[in-house]
Amino acid sequence: MIPRHQKVIFSVLLAASLVMAVVLWQLRDRAHQRLIAGEDSAPTNAPLVAPAEQATLLVANDADNTLLAQTHSLPLPADPGARARAILGKLLDLYSTPDSSHPAPGGGNAVSQVYLLPALGEKDPLHPDAELAVVNLTGAFVSSHPSGLETETLTVLSICGTLHANFPRVTQVRFLVDGIERHTLAGHADLTRTYLATEAVPTAEGAHQ
Amino acid sequence: MRWTSWIAAVLLAAGMTASAQAPPAPPAPQPRFVVVLDAAHGGDDYGGRLASGQPEKAYTLTMSVRLRSQLGVRGVQVITTREQDTGIDLNHRAEIANHANAQACISLHASESGSGVHLFVSSLYPMQPSRFAPWKTAQAAWVTRSLALAGVLNSALLHAGVTVTLSRSSLPGVDSMACPAVAVEMAPDRDASLKTTADLDNAGYQSRVAGALAAALLEWQTEAHAQ
Ligand SMILES: [Zn+2]
Repeated sequence: MIPRHQKVIFSVLLAASLVMAVVLWQLRDRAHQRLIAGEDSAPTNAPLVAPAEQATLLVANDADNTLLAQTHSLPLPADPGARARAILGKLLDLYSTPDSSHPAPGGGNAVSQVYLLPALGEKDPLHPDAELAVVNLTGAFVSSHPSGLETETLTVLSICGTLHANFPRVTQVRFLVDGIERHTLAGHADLTRTYLATEAVPTAEGAHQ
Repeated sequence: MRWTSWIAAVLLAAGMTASAQAPPAPPAPQPRFVVVLDAAHGGDDYGGRLASGQPEKAYTLTMSVRLRSQLGVRGVQVITTREQDTGIDLNHRAEIANHANAQACISLHASESGSGVHLFVSSLYPMQPSRFAPWKTAQAAWVTRSLALAGVLNSALLHAGVTVTLSRSSLPGVDSMACPAVAVEMAPDRDASLKTTADLDNAGYQSRVAGALAAALLEWQTEAHAQ
């Protein structure tokens, strides 16, 4: 026979655990609702609060192997690295349009980050505050880039020239792909070296018939 | 030690007689003219993929063979970096070119981007030739000659009705070559409205470009001999 007081304790404990189970279920449900509501309100894109500003893009043209300076108006963040990334994003957006003068798929998302660092090597007394820009391209952009000496060189030089046009202190440019060094862009343009911004002006005009 | 001085006197006398009887120097032979043709890519390195589906490495080899035969029939000595689908690293290509002591080195590429023929000369800053040139920048001593060679190629291609662009770039491989060197990239020929007038696999276009390059190299040979 089970003593009476044990029966009472058992009933009380059972009732208590049932109540706790219900309360826990409700708490879990409430937390879940809060999480969903939170996800909805989290920004997925940076708010376009930055004012539109003018940026100079050195736009490549495959037909005559030239870089043409064009002025575009676009919202630019204040942080220099983010600003450089936004400007290069605009340049690569132009290349991904169907009627581009220099077709290269990928668009604005092709540049993951741009880091601005003090320039490499001995300090140039004429430019003591010279900077090195490290451009981190996405693997997706690089693997879909057309192959060729001219097209790859133009992509590299138009990036270098565009950075220098908007950040005159940037005199050197290096490239990474998904955060690591890579030999070439698509089999031709050397990505292991430091490019000088001064290289971004074609030394010869395209010769035409 | 009188016998040693006697032997020395005999040898001296013999040497003098020999030099006195030396035949007159033969007329200076025509300087050797050698062209190195480098079909870029090969083996595991496919290069770009062309519209025909052919890899760039096969196309450059075809152009190298075409150009070699055009130069061969005109009596030009040609050395190629590869004759088949083999992978050759860039340093070895430069070694072949430098060993050949060539008067012109042409690195052949092909691309679907752009139009006509793209000529590239190394972007290295021109330097005076020195006895020991750094391997990676050996081309610096030749850049001025390379630009002159590119000018001759440019004129011949324009004369053949081909669109040409001429520019400078960092060219691993070519940058190590100690010879007048130009990278030649063939693209489809297009008109002013960018409509394709000849695809890369158009045989007539290939022979037009190869013919113009061969004519330019013969002109370069004449210039080299005149100097
Ligand atoms: Zn190539």
